[in-house]
Amino acid sequence: MVDFKFWRKGAKQDELAEVELPKRDLSGIRSLFPGEMSSDSIQDLEDILLMADFGFQASEDIVSQLKSRANKLGATSDAELRLVLKDLLVEYLQREDAQLNLTSGKLPYVFLVVGVNGAGKTTTIGKLGRWLSDGGWKVVLGAADTFRAAAVDQLATWAKRAETDLVSPEKPGQDPASVAYQTVSRAIETDADIAIIDTAGRLQNKKDLMDELGKIRRAVEKIAQVDEVLLVIDSTTGQNGLSQARAFSEVADVTGMVLTKLDGTAKGGVLYAIQREFDIPVKLVGVGEGINDFAFFSAEQFARGLVAR
Amino acid sequence: MFGDLSTRLSDTFRNLRTRGKLTEADIDGTLRDIRKALLEADVSLDVVKDFVASVRVRALGDEVSKALNPAEQVVQIVNSELVEILGGESRQLRLAKNPPTVIMLAGLQGSGKTTLAGKLALWLKSQQQTPLLVACDLQRPNAVNQLTVLAERAGVDVFAPEPGNGVGDPVKVAKQSIDHAKSKAHSVVIIDTAGRLGVDEEMMQQAIDIRNQTDPDEVLFVIDAMLGQDAVDVAKAFNDGVGVTGTVLTKLDGDARGGAALSVSSVIGENVLFSSTGENLEDFEPFYPERMASRILDMGDVLTLIEQAQKTFDEKQQQELAEKIAKESFTLEDFLDQMQQLKKMGSMKSLLGMMPGAGNMKKQMEDFDEDELKHTEAIIQSMTPVERQQPRVLNGSRRQRIARGSGTTVTEVNSLVNRFEQAAKMMKTMSKGGTPQMQGMNMAQLGGGNPSAKKSKGKKKKVSKSGNPARRAAEERALLEGKPNKTDGGGSAFGL
Ligand SMILES: Nc1nc2c(ncn2[C@@H]2O[C@H](COP(=O)(O)OP(=O)(O)OP(=O)(O)O)[C@@H](O)[C@H]2O)c(=O)[nH]1
Ligand SMILES: [Mg+2]
Repeated sequence: MVDFKFWRKGAKQDELAEVELPKRDLSGIRSLFPGEMSSDSIQDLEDILLMADFGFQASEDIVSQLKSRANKLGATSDAELRLVLKDLLVEYLQREDAQLNLTSGKLPYVFLVVGVNGAGKTTTIGKLGRWLSDGGWKVVLGAADTFRAAAVDQLATWAKRAETDLVSPEKPGQDPASVAYQTVSRAIETDADIAIIDTAGRLQNKKDLMDELGKIRRAVEKIAQVDEVLLVIDSTTGQNGLSQARAFSEVADVTGMVLTKLDGTAKGGVLYAIQREFDIPVKLVGVGEGINDFAFFSAEQFARGLVAR
Repeated sequence: MFGDLSTRLSDTFRNLRTRGKLTEADIDGTLRDIRKALLEADVSLDVVKDFVASVRVRALGDEVSKALNPAEQVVQIVNSELVEILGGESRQLRLAKNPPTVIMLAGLQGSGKTTLAGKLALWLKSQQQTPLLVACDLQRPNAVNQLTVLAERAGVDVFAPEPGNGVGDPVKVAKQSIDHAKSKAHSVVIIDTAGRLGVDEEMMQQAIDIRNQTDPDEVLFVIDAMLGQDAVDVAKAFNDGVGVTGTVLTKLDGDARGGAALSVSSVIGENVLFSSTGENLEDFEPFYPERMASRILDMGDVLTLIEQAQKTFDEKQQQELAEKIAKESFTLEDFLDQMQQLKKMGSMKSLLGMMPGAGNMKKQMEDFDEDELKHTEAIIQSMTPVERQQPRVLNGSRRQRIARGSGTTVTEVNSLVNRFEQAAKMMKTMSKGGTPQMQGMNMAQLGGGNPSAKKSKGKKKKVSKSGNPARRAAEERALLEGKPNKTDGGGSAFGL
């Protein structure tokens, strides 16, 4: 289970202090099968998984594993099958490293938030900022999306709502790497705990834009370490999510995923395939447009939600 | 993953070609591949099932078993069914008889509505319309600013009386915008709305209210090309809610295969009208169902190629050409014409490189030198109509003038005229029943490649003169296309 204890430097003494952050639970995942499950309907499961964006390969694998495991355990009833399936999903999705990387004590922590256009990056940053502020953390947001119209204003609105500091570009179209650098410098100067950098949405097949992410990262690394590179993926995304994960992790060393818009009808099954293929843990989920609408990913809760009646 | 399907299909088809007949098992095998390709492209499962079932019925029918090339016919069926679901011909935007035309945009969060609004406005402006952008996304932080900036970039007016960020009533703004547009004589009103989920009843009601207050001529449903299986539910929700009249597909500049387009089109039965293909306002174009079909199938451009090949060498044209040759009226103009068609195909060379299945075709394409083609084109274009019609008038001074005009040398002009004469002679002989030389002439040579480099290996082949008129016609066509004779087992130029 997720444990929200994080370490940071004490405000006065130079020692580590334990900071509790408010808990957020993952709930409201829509079930995969409202109907009855039985040994005969296991094969139908493949279709159900396909319809939840698990993808061809993963769906086939899950079904064959469920069959053999159900056989071995003698699971035949609806309840038993659901339990076996839940365990299967959890086994794949459960990860030691699913928590945000906030324990090194080396301040300021630096997060880079990346993803395709419209995935929910800026909103996620607003939510994270609020949560950290609530826990008494000092946060600086960096508006390194210097490309999209009004993107800086959008983050500024979130910074206000989250009561965080904000570093904006000095002029429109400024090199995003320099904004990122300035954000981290500001965090260092003001003794902030964490800097979170928003980046422009980019499609993963655009080489120039992808290279720009590498540049942003290197600029930051001149003065601090990058603790998290969060790849934001919209849960309505289909199999293209795999291509996104592949491309972004190649250029930006992604450390975790954020799955947004789980409050809709999409199941976000592609995350399963992504985690399996690229070994990237899901860390956060977005469940609405409000500032508190997010939760920490819990494989157990996610899988339970999917197999719930 | 790329090209998987095309490789598999062309393998299947290659095997089939030797036997010539498709069995039920062949067809089912092929359909399994197609099913998988569609799922990988994110077409919704229900849609895939229906689709495959209807292709199967047709594939087992007469049109395939009686076809000259059954395998090609199956591909054609798949393609045409896809295109049909995607809306067949692309449809024009519906403009109101009494302006202003009202266009309402609707869709999920982050699908690209605001950017699209700007693009649509710019495009309409280029169509001599006077669009007004209306900021009804009062939800997402700074959506109003974003639209205002885009309006400025597009050089169009914006109606944004409310600041947004949760302040203001979008229904009221929408209603006011119509009067505003009328008073300012705007011909089109484009209403940007907040992104919403299909299951969010309150927000859906708001969209319905906006629609009722503005009575739009088009309600465009904006979807992201990356959308997965959820497309069906979302499309149903929006269609049942606001009543969609057309779809716009965004982020097509990405590498998503865009199967959602198929799902959405089959659910709501309305056309996709536009594609949004980039972050700049100019990155906007009408939707091409044919292209989308190829993209979804991941057939690369195999389908486009088949189609292009058919277009380029369609029967009627071949007939005309054959007649011209027979009448000895094949001119440099015809030559240029042929060549330009070849060039159209030539520019696909790079695409072909990605498709293992299209090896044969690729080889042929490589055989032609695009630079030389350009020169040839320039030379012919520098000629007067008379010179093109009757190359024999080309004396020394005319050749000099042409060389200057085309930025080439007299030697190049001479070489082209020679090549043309050879080609004309060769074709003439061919049209009379064929000669051994025809094996040495392929498309590349006709198009102006270096003939000596591709001289035939001198393999002589006797042309069969089939008694069957249809087959005979096909053989002659093949000759004109520079393809090896179909019956010689050398493989057709198009690998299928
Ligand atoms: N329902 C829902 N909407 C969300 C969620 N997260 C983000 N959104 C909405 O999705 C839309 C896009 O979000 P942004 O945060 O602007 O996305 P972005 O990735 O920063 O977009 P670009 O910077 O334009 O690439 C906005 O309308 C958000 O309100 C979520 O978890 N649920
Ligand atoms: Mg953003």
